[in-house]
Amino acid sequence: MKGPTSIKGRQDLYTSYGQDMGFLNTRPKRAWSGGLVVVALILPFMITDDLLQLLATGFVAAIGAIGLNIVTGYAGQVSLGHAFFLAIGAYTAAALSGPETGRVIGFGITSLPIWLLASGLVAALFGVLVAPVAVRLRGLYLAIVTLGLVFLGEHVFREWTSLTGGPGVGRPAAVPELFGVRLDQDSALFTAAQQLYLLMFVLLVIFGVLARNLVRSRVGRAFAAVRDRDLAASVIGVDLTRYKVLAFAVSSFYAGVAGALLFVVNGFFDPGSFSLLLSVQYIAMVLIGGAGTISGAIMGALFITLLPRITRELPTVLPFISGDATGVFTVFQLEAVLYGVLIIVFLIVEPRGLFGIWVRVRNYWRTWPFSY
Amino acid sequence: MDEFLQSLIRGLGTGSIYSLLALGFVIIYKSTQVISFAQPAFMLAGAVLVSYLSPAVSFVGAVLVAAVVIAVLALGVERTVLRPMVGKPVFVVAIITIGVDVVVRVVTNAFIGLDVRQVGDPWGLNTVSFLGAEVQQRYLVMIATTAVVTALLFLFFRYSRIGLAMRAVAYDQEVALAQGISVGSVFALSWALAGGLAALAGVFVATGAGVDQQLWIVALKALPAIILGGLESLGGAVVGGLAVGIVESLFGTYQNDFAPWLGPNFALVAPYALMLLVLLVRPYGLFGKREVERL
Repeated sequence: MKGPTSIKGRQDLYTSYGQDMGFLNTRPKRAWSGGLVVVALILPFMITDDLLQLLATGFVAAIGAIGLNIVTGYAGQVSLGHAFFLAIGAYTAAALSGPETGRVIGFGITSLPIWLLASGLVAALFGVLVAPVAVRLRGLYLAIVTLGLVFLGEHVFREWTSLTGGPGVGRPAAVPELFGVRLDQDSALFTAAQQLYLLMFVLLVIFGVLARNLVRSRVGRAFAAVRDRDLAASVIGVDLTRYKVLAFAVSSFYAGVAGALLFVVNGFFDPGSFSLLLSVQYIAMVLIGGAGTISGAIMGALFITLLPRITRELPTVLPFISGDATGVFTVFQLEAVLYGVLIIVFLIVEPRGLFGIWVRVRNYWRTWPFSY
Repeated sequence: MDEFLQSLIRGLGTGSIYSLLALGFVIIYKSTQVISFAQPAFMLAGAVLVSYLSPAVSFVGAVLVAAVVIAVLALGVERTVLRPMVGKPVFVVAIITIGVDVVVRVVTNAFIGLDVRQVGDPWGLNTVSFLGAEVQQRYLVMIATTAVVTALLFLFFRYSRIGLAMRAVAYDQEVALAQGISVGSVFALSWALAGGLAALAGVFVATGAGVDQQLWIVALKALPAIILGGLESLGGAVVGGLAVGIVESLFGTYQNDFAPWLGPNFALVAPYALMLLVLLVRPYGLFGKREVERL
């Protein structure tokens, strides 16, 4: 039952389900994706190192946001515990790759693929351990339980000083060494920031493509069925326990990977980083970007990461905002308020997030100039 | 024995704060099916307001005024931010309340500044002899106030017309609407009630130590309390709050002797551990309603 794959002169007409579910199923999508990749690859040679570092952090955050989106946006299991899984990944990677000092433990395995996979797997293991609770609970009960996880995790990381270095002190982040080259040190060809930027970009592309492929497969359809109506899903033969556990495992794997990389750019982190605020930030990324879309998660992550930088620039444009911590209305307050306001505004006005705005712009131009 | 009694009273005292907060959470949940994460901000705002008002209009007057003002603030938030979201997925609404929380908290923090503000309560850290043990007066006041407030709430829901309307809305919104009950004003009123309760709780948290920017974290302890009690149960909220307070206080007193491997300050997270344990056995809390599932 295989029809012609394309009809002459009608390239955009789908003749099979496979075509419709294709990875890059339209020509504009292929063009845009290709264009964005080219721009991203040229960028490190055009802009300054501090912006590159910011973008690199944004790419890592995007990996984490994709993970949260898989469990919350696709499978519909609300998790406020993402910070906990990020922490697991960060400490696994730091302990595996760091040198053994008297103060903190370390195993000195500096090869990036090894500690990256390991941190993902350890986080996924914890995800699988948490999942049985998720199978029994629904909706907001689950949200609060995962929130409790963040607090319990914070306590453990605060007290386990031989692993974490203790609050306020911290420990160095994982050592990014690929094929014997330290990526966080300048080499003959590139600066450290350029190398890290390219590393994070390549990883984001890899994990983004993997996630996209997962959600357009049988598994992804099962996730969506569980999200939309879990009882109906189980009636038509979706094994709820299996897919909820799977969603948590995959999501935690992504969180672990993101956590491992998150502090590589800055080089240092302490247990205070993994508070409820971090979880809320990731929730904000998913919601502002657009729940249930991979590209939305990436947009949201970049937006939230770049937000502080944008607000720092505001005092030059709007003189009534003071640039340091002394004025009546400071950028720091503005930044904190903006998080809240943006979440509220996006959810009320554009529930599909940045992705929804993109869809509207696209649809406008698709039929331009006949918009109606 | 004295030590035990002391930590029990301390636990009941802080537990009654959690109960007040938990009651607010449950009242909002029962009428709108949403957990309002804005409660911490309202609690903080209440305490800050009292710290500004109490020199002018005495402590008790300040508490009453603050409770009313915060209730009106919460009502305003419900009308402007939450009302457009009626009928949207509960998770989305819950996240919006996180946004509200952040905004209100940042604005309130600007009024706190970097130093600790005093609410001007008459008890301070004074102690009184109770059944042979020295206990702080403020804990006894908290227990008594919470008992009175809970009783008043019970009478309100049981006997007043508005209370009946609120129970009807909690039971079935559409049927309540068909009976001529204004569901919108019930939503607004439950936010106002929760705001007032949060303000009261905030003042109690601030007695003794004062108000600083980290005060809001205390309000999150009410979350294990409502999960313990079950999201739909007002009685469960009170019981859950007291249980959380007692567990926290007893862990604070005895854990160093009996289970030092849990690390110092485990008492602060003990409620969350308790919550996990209870949920493994009873997924809808102790008094929660088991949902009937159907297609």
